Amino acid sequence: MASLVQEPCCTAPRVALVGNPNCGKTALFNALTGARQKVANFPGVTVERKAGLALTPAGRRAQIVDLPGTYSLRARSPDEAVTRDVVLGRLAGEAQPDILVCVADATNLRLVLRLVMELRQLGQPMVLVLNMFDIAERQGIRIDREGLSQALGVPIVTAVAVRRRGLEAVLQEVDALAERIGPDAAAHDWREPTAQEIRAAHREAERILKLTVKPPLRPDTWTGRLDGVLLHPVAGTLILLAILFLMFQAVFSWATPLMDLIDAGFRLLGRGFAELLPPGLLQSFLVDGVIAGVGSVLVFLPQILILFFFIILLEDFGYMARAAFLMDRLMGAAGLHGRAFIPLLSSFACAIPGIMSARVIDNRRDRFTTILVAPLTTCSARIPVYTLIISAFIPERLVWGFANLQGLVMFGLYAAGILSALAVAFVIRRLLWRGAAEPFLIELPAYKLPDPANVARGLTLRARIFLRRAGTIIFSMMVLIWFLSSFPAPPPGAPGPAIDYSLAGLLGHAIHPLLAPIGFSWQMAVALIPGMAAREVAVGVLGTVYSLGGEVGGGTLAHALAGQWSLASALAFLAWYVFAPQCASTLAVVRRETNSLLWPTILFAYMLALAYGAAFLVFRLASLWPG
Amino acid sequence: MRLSDLSKGDRGVITGIGPSDAASARLGHAIPHDELERRLLEMGFVEGARFQVLHEGLVGRDPIAIKLDDMRLALRRREASAVQVALDERGAAAR
Repeated sequence: MASLVQEPCCTAPRVALVGNPNCGKTALFNALTGARQKVANFPGVTVERKAGLALTPAGRRAQIVDLPGTYSLRARSPDEAVTRDVVLGRLAGEAQPDILVCVADATNLRLVLRLVMELRQLGQPMVLVLNMFDIAERQGIRIDREGLSQALGVPIVTAVAVRRRGLEAVLQEVDALAERIGPDAAAHDWREPTAQEIRAAHREAERILKLTVKPPLRPDTWTGRLDGVLLHPVAGTLILLAILFLMFQAVFSWATPLMDLIDAGFRLLGRGFAELLPPGLLQSFLVDGVIAGVGSVLVFLPQILILFFFIILLEDFGYMARAAFLMDRLMGAAGLHGRAFIPLLSSFACAIPGIMSARVIDNRRDRFTTILVAPLTTCSARIPVYTLIISAFIPERLVWGFANLQGLVMFGLYAAGILSALAVAFVIRRLLWRGAAEPFLIELPAYKLPDPANVARGLTLRARIFLRRAGTIIFSMMVLIWFLSSFPAPPPGAPGPAIDYSLAGLLGHAIHPLLAPIGFSWQMAVALIPGMAAREVAVGVLGTVYSLGGEVGGGTLAHALAGQWSLASALAFLAWYVFAPQCASTLAVVRRETNSLLWPTILFAYMLALAYGAAFLVFRLASLWPG
Repeated sequence: MRLSDLSKGDRGVITGIGPSDAASARLGHAIPHDELERRLLEMGFVEGARFQVLHEGLVGRDPIAIKLDDMRLALRRREASAVQVALDERGAAAR
């Protein structure tokens, strides 16, 4: 032992958490590592890698990495492939773990036993953690731990990750296993099992289960009872719609006060700097470029967090699989997989997390189809643009006695996004990948009360990812845009707005002839260019164009627009925004997720074509409208 | 009899995993039959497992939610057509 202490693996063993989906693996990871977590990607792939440190009782600094959930080492999705490659030590740039911690839901052992048997073949030190042991005890499931441990040939500990129980035991076992890390541990001959071998493994698991686990005395009846309603073809669908309705209400109404607060804060900050600094380039850079730019992005944080709050809550509760079940047929009609529901739902906050969450879809074609249509759903960055144009051009009045006309138009824009996403998916499946549909086969996990600490941790993680993005890509884009719209400066005493002389102005004028047929003025053309950084920036730019342009005489921007644009142009602008590929970060993420330039190019081209076509149609039709 | 032919409430035991309807029909699976068989096996569709059909989808009674031994799963009827089953007497009589 003394000689081994020098080995880094023994003082800082690499520990990987493996397990079926929904086994509480991430909760265990959170409990073990606490706040000492690092989120990045696995090398060469875009699967999220969560790693952290835990101090063992013997003083080892265990490096713990959370691997994506899987039923077997035969990977079916990019996420599962990462689990396989890391465990087998095949992922370049990621060291093979020294110790495997297999996490199991103690109330649902059947499938995990086969995974344990498969992992055991690798010959690496391993421990099986029976998580959610309190629920198993409450249900009266009796597990002969001694017998199970002997039959599987691995040590077993019990834990309740969300109550932070059993963590010490897990880490003690890591200590014990760290003594056994040998140079021969990596020698293994794993290959994909055949159907017959899986059958044999099942029989063996069944035999072990019969010997060591007695069925529950008080089985969970809640899941069955809840499913009676939540999976009901009619009631379940209505409940799903009600949940979605509540979500969007929350995103749009609960977030408003917070967003106003952030907005006011940045305005105050900007004004403060404007007073502190002498007018000039530096002031303009800090106030108009940095502060206004970052503020215009940060303002979406409340909406994104509220949306993710719902998504994480529903996921932890076990509802997402039910939603996929209820939506599968509708999605299937458009050629999408039931699981595409989750990415498309996330895309209402922002297409980027939506596209990233498309990884839950096993099949490459289904995943790419979902990625290609996700940017069509109305993300929150379109909201400021929609709100501005609607408040400027659509009168606030009741129609049919109860509906607000402005709200109705907003709803119409959302519906246009959803319907076009489904329609495009349908066309893609018809044109590119005919026939062949990926199997829909998912576990419906038992319902569980979400753990507040886990929800909070998930939200913090999302906030951090968003802020990092806002701090890097978006920030640099904003600076670039500020540069484009400030340089070169107009000649002294020149008539007309300053931006007219800048690079952005020149670009806007240059593309204006192309956009004239769809009713765009050159100011609208200018707004589109910085809108590529983030859609909502267009609002800020319109503000700049019209105030730098000296055309806003004290009135609000909406007021100014109402005076400058025709209704047909405004409607065409809205139609453009439903479809336009107006977000450089989305294209960058698609490039990363598909690992090719082809797909972002296709995405850009088809969305541009749709946007131009839709704006053209709307402009021409609206121009025909009398009055 | 195949799992895909059953209705809500039917229960029985799985007798085999074979080629699905889609394998012979022109609707192709995105994955070869052997892969589908292994995926079904990995999710617990194994000879001798007991099941009950819990729910059917709104449109075309598809997909179906089933209880399989002590877990719950959802799958499309197209995949379910690869699962051969024997119905319990009572379940069969109720049909």
